[in-house]
Order: sequence, then C-alpha cells, then structure tokens
Amino acid sequence: MSCCLPDVDAVSNLPASLAKGPSREELTLSSRVLPNGVRQTDLAVPGVHCGACIANIESTLGNLDGVEYARVNLSTKRVSVRWRENAGAPPITEALGQLGYESHLFEQGADEKDETLAELIRGLGIAGFAAGNIMLLSVSVWSGAEAATRDLFHWLSALIALPALAYSGRIFFRSAWGALRNGRTNMDVPISIGVLLAYGMSLYETATHGPHAYFDASASLLFFLLIGRTLDHIMRERARVAVKGLARFAARGATILHGDGTSTYLPVGDIEPGMNIMLSAGERVPVDARVLKGRSDLDCAIVSGESDPVAVEPGAELRAGTLNLTGPLTIEATAKAQDSFLAEMMRLMEAAESGRGGYRRIADRASALYAPVVHLTAFLAFIGWMIAAGDFHRALTIAVAVLIITCPCALGLAVPIVQVAAARRLFENGIMVKDGSAMERLAEIDTVVFDKTGTLTLGMPRLVNSNEISARDLALAAAIALHSRHPISRALAETQDGKSAAEWSFDAVQEVPGFGLEAAIGDNVYRLGRAAWALAEAGSIVGTVLSCNGEKLAAFSFEDRLRAGAAAAIAELHDRQIAVEIVSGDRSDAVAAVASALGISRISAGVLPSGKVERLDALKAEGRRVLMVGDGLNDAPALAAAHVSMAPASAADIGRSAADFVFLRESLAAIPLTLDTSREANRLIRQNLVLAVVYNAIAVPIALLGFVTPLVAALAMSLSSVIVIANGLRLGTGKSRRSACESEAAKPTTKVFPTKEAMAS
Amino acid sequence: MTGLLLLLPIALFLGGLGLAAFLWSLKSGQYEDMDGAAERILNDDG
Repeated sequence: MSCCLPDVDAVSNLPASLAKGPSREELTLSSRVLPNGVRQTDLAVPGVHCGACIANIESTLGNLDGVEYARVNLSTKRVSVRWRENAGAPPITEALGQLGYESHLFEQGADEKDETLAELIRGLGIAGFAAGNIMLLSVSVWSGAEAATRDLFHWLSALIALPALAYSGRIFFRSAWGALRNGRTNMDVPISIGVLLAYGMSLYETATHGPHAYFDASASLLFFLLIGRTLDHIMRERARVAVKGLARFAARGATILHGDGTSTYLPVGDIEPGMNIMLSAGERVPVDARVLKGRSDLDCAIVSGESDPVAVEPGAELRAGTLNLTGPLTIEATAKAQDSFLAEMMRLMEAAESGRGGYRRIADRASALYAPVVHLTAFLAFIGWMIAAGDFHRALTIAVAVLIITCPCALGLAVPIVQVAAARRLFENGIMVKDGSAMERLAEIDTVVFDKTGTLTLGMPRLVNSNEISARDLALAAAIALHSRHPISRALAETQDGKSAAEWSFDAVQEVPGFGLEAAIGDNVYRLGRAAWALAEAGSIVGTVLSCNGEKLAAFSFEDRLRAGAAAAIAELHDRQIAVEIVSGDRSDAVAAVASALGISRISAGVLPSGKVERLDALKAEGRRVLMVGDGLNDAPALAAAHVSMAPASAADIGRSAADFVFLRESLAAIPLTLDTSREANRLIRQNLVLAVVYNAIAVPIALLGFVTPLVAALAMSLSSVIVIANGLRLGTGKSRRSACESEAAKPTTKVFPTKEAMAS
Repeated sequence: MTGLLLLLPIALFLGGLGLAAFLWSLKSGQYEDMDGAAERILNDDG
C-alpha cells in the first residue's frame, strides 16, 4: 500500500484544508440523468495509480449513502459514480479528499464514447479476418491449385473480401469522396481507386476463369492502412483524454442571493445582469461583475497576465475568470455569461482561427503530386499495351497491376507511423499532441513568442531575501501565512516546508482582506501584510512586512519564480537560430526583469489580447512561422492565431483547448524536446516518402512489363510496408536512452538539458 | 475435393467465431480500461 500515499505534489500546493474539489452543487449541476431517478457523475482523479487505489476508492464511495455504483477507470484516471437523485448529491469529493485523492470535474462531452475509434477497430478486425483467410486461400493457389479448385478459392476470396471492402473500406472511401467533391485530392483517393479497381478486375478475372486474382492485395492493403490509421487515432485520443482530465478553471455556477434573503445555486449560463452573487474565497468570478460588499485580493494572472494580486473594494469591476483569494465578496453581475470576458476571448479566437487554415499536411501534398503521376502511368500502360499487343484484356490487367503495385500502402503508412512513434515519445515526456499536423507545423517554425506570467514564470512569488531575516521571524511569518491562500502567504509558508508550525499556538488568526493577516499570541498582536497597515509608522517602507504591535520585525521581498528549465530552454532555442520574444499583458518592469534574466531582447509589455493577435499577424506578414506559448485566457486568441501553439497544463481551459501541444510537467525543457522530436519526425517522414518513391521506381517497370502476378504484388507490398514501418520506429528506439536520462535529470529542481556529449556516453 | 468441401467451411466458421468473439469483447467494453483490468485481477473481491 505504500504506493498509495496521497499524491504529494498535488496536495502540497495547498494547505490540506483547501485541497477541495467541486462543491456538491457543482456535482449536481454537471451530473447526467439516467433512468429510474439515478444520476451519474464523472470525476477526474489524477492520483489513482494502482490496484489498491481502485479497491480503496470503490469500496469507500460504494459505502456512501445513496451511491449505487462506483467504478474507477485506471487508464483514463476517472471515477464514475451513480447516485440516487432523491437523496441529493453524496459527498463524493469530501470522501475522496479524506482518502487523499484530489478530484475535479472535466470538460463535458468528454465522456461520450469514442465512436470513431470503435469504428476503426471493428473495421480493423474485419479487414484482418478477411486478409488472413484470403491470404491462406491465395497461398494454396500459388502452390499450384488448378482449374475448378482455383476458381472455388477465387470465388471464396471474393465473398470474404466483399464485406471487408464494404465495411472497412468505407473509412477510406468516405474521406476520398469528401475530398473529390471539394475538388481536392488526398491520400485516400489513390488508395480507394487502387482497392476498388483491384477488386473489380479480380472479380472479372474469376468470372472468366483467369489465373490471377488480387483479392489478397486489396484486403491486406486495407488491413495495413487501417493499422496505421488506428494507431494514429489512439495516440491522439490518449492525448485529448489526458488534456480533458485536467482541472477546469471556469466556474460552473454561482450562489445567487435573492432579495428575500434566500439563495440558490444557478448555472453560469442562467445568471442575468443585476443578480447578486455570493463569492467566497477560493472561487472564480463567474461573469463580469462589480463588487457591492466586502474586500479581497484577486488573482488576475490567468485573465490578464498581471503577476501581482489586485486588491479590490466595493465599486471595483471584476472580470470573469479571476480568482477570489482572501475574503468573501458580494458582487453584482454586470453582463451575461455570453457577453463576459471569456466569451469575448472566444470571439477573438474564432476570428483568429485562420492561423493554420491554409496548412496542407505533408501526406496530402505528397499525394497531390503522386496520384496524378500514378494514374497517368497506369493509363499510358493501358494505351501502350493496346497499341503493342492489341489485347484489351491484357492491357487492362497490366494497367490495374500498375495501380495495385503503386497503391500507396507504404505511402499511406509513411506519415502516420512516424507521427505515432513521435507522439508516443512526447507522451512519455508529459507532452500531449492534440493534432497530427501539429508536429509538421512545429518543425517549420523560426520564431517563438512567449507569454510571461504562468508560462515563462510560474505566476507564483518566491521569497528572495530569506538570508536577511532571522529564522525565528521567518518561522513565525510562515506559521501565520499558513492561514491564507494569498500567493505571498503561500510563498512564505513554503519556506518552512516540512517543518511543523505547531510550536506557535496562536490565540486567534484572522485575515483582513486586502491588507494581510493578524495573529494574536497573548497580548502581542502580530501583523503580516502591507506595510502601511501592519506598521504604526510606515514611513518609506513598502511591500510586505511582519510586525509585532506595530513594530517592524522583518520586511520581505518577492519575485516571480521562473519555470524550471526556462533559461536552458531559451538558450537551446537561440542555439537553433530561433528568434524568441515575449508578449505579455503585465507591467513593463516585470516583463523586462524576466527578459533580462533569460537573455531575451525583444519584448512587448502591457499588451491586450487583441494586441497579441496583431503582433502574431505582423510576424506572419514578415513571413515568419511562429510558435506561440501561453497559458492565460488573454493568450487564447493568440494561441489560435499562431502557426502552431503550446500551453502548459496550468493554462486556462480555452487556452488548453486552443493549443496544439499541452505539456504537463513544470519544466520548459518540453519546448526544445518537442521541437527536436518534431523535426526528427519530419526528417523520417521525408525519408519514408523517398523510400516509397524508390520502391515505386523499381516496381513500376516490372509492372509495366507485365510481370506482376498476385504473388509478386503481395511480396512487394508487404516488403515496402515493413521497411517504412521499421524506419518510422527508429524514432521510438533511437531516443529512448535520451528520454530515460532526461527523466532522471528532471528530478532535481533546476533541470539542465543533457548536452550532446552526455547523451553520447 | 470432398475433403476441401468439409474443411473450408470449418476453417471459415472457426475464423468467424474468433472475429465474432473479438467484436463482442469490444462492444462489451473490455478494452476500455486496460490498465485497470491488469490491476483488478490482483484484488481479492474482484
């Protein structure tokens, strides 16, 4: 059971009392209604990782009142709970919290069954069955079955191949037809033509008692291609599920106060301007609003990129998505959800979506060149043999043989197999690839634009002058700070990490929102917070201080903490001749400090969300291909506008869904790693395409001369596919040593990227 | 030839049985939690 200790990393971020999941109102709101008065709630529980966790969670949840069924899915790290409606939502999150598991709701719609995958796997099963059986029959034909037996075998093959073509082939035919209707071609067009012609000609051949039928070729072609397609889909789906499982930041609902003193919990979409909302500490502002009562500090990092919390008092305007840190507020909604800041970002995103609209995938570009050449060759072969031999049947057979032998089995696998291997390696390093073309686009970039708060930095302050403060004062400050979730308090509390705060027994501690914390021990009153409030005579002192009865004990200074590996990652990007710049919504002095620490010279500060998009458009107009890395709501339009985009796991919901890559680990080393992997993948894809062309250069003359029997076709196609797959898998094996030594290196706090020499050893 | 008439249907039937079993296992959700299934077998109460 030792492996079942609570997820230390996840919990230590917050004091234990604050590590809470969604409230019961939110659970009710997000649950699905099943028949017979039962509701189902699905929660992401990132901490489950072994059989004991499963048994633990299922038995605990199963024993709760009103719970009918609880089931853990270890692969997706989710829990489904079915509960009876009449009893109200059971305390699921509390129960999980007591077991030490953090839980959260995930994006709705994510729990729908993956129909595409099911269709692909069913198609794969049927194609595999058909290919295997037809191949067995074909082997008998090749070993010398004659006359009636051969015809019987051919007819049987035709019978088996028909459902395979109709069911499994659908996936290709549909996509090919879609492309043709829009006047484009893609990889599926030559595939569909090849498969269908092979089947049609073999049927004719069989009916006329001919010796050569290519049923095996058409079935095994479908089988091979479906393997590539299915792996590709599984890989991307795994990434998408992992990203959807991350905690949501947007509020789902809010507690509305009515004039008569009662309150109800309403979904965000039902909140009307003018309604009064009760917002407790730790909640996010659901819609744009104005403060009516109360004082607090707001964390705006994810909304505007400002790194310092903002103190608010009655009359202040709040933007949807900001986090209330310290005190309860009563706020009045000033806009509906669909008119709030978040919705405005969505509109900007839609407007900016053209960023990658014009991109055509390598496979499609290759097939645009390839298909006309192949089809023209087949046509010329037909004409040539008609003129030379005058035999219609023979000319047609040879033309179809050319199509079959060139049918892009290898070409169809060349791209997906490499991308699957690359995505797998990135997945192992905590980087999720959401889109197959993302790696192709990433390999082309020459500029990286970073957001600052939350991307280059963690958006969390760190104490920098601990050596000037006595250990006793620091321990006292940390013990007081434990009572607040203000980022500065958390930074102070972290300085004592592991050590017990029990030696201080306070008679009372209270948080004064907007100012700081006040603690009493006997007659002494300690204050931790703004200098002007904590000190009897502040004078010129500003910033955060600890005072005893108005006398200064210590002054603290903080700076935003850089992400691990930030400097190394920027240096690596410079090494690769990639231009780096910062576009941030924060104050210019804060941006300049980070930029100089990282050696970045091009910066823009105080930029609005639309300004970020304009900056990207300007870069695009210069002909640059830009990777945008950002996390906030204000970055989301820019993420959509960039050629390719990346977001950390801590990013805002819409930012994460707009980004092509999401990296789950803290370190920015993910960026050069992803770039290298993508570039290497692109190199292998090109190699594979060259291999496919070389194969064709050898095979086509043989086909043109009329020497391609079904046996030759089967051998040639399998050989070329195996070569391409083997070449693609080099990506997985060649670097496994490197990723292993990276994960070791990733453990120390400041991670240094392994040098080329270290990797070679 | 008579041997073939007997053996071919048997072979295809067995192959079809395998395919049907696969499709059934897919439909009944046995591939939805591969990691979980590997761990659950070690739990006593199933």
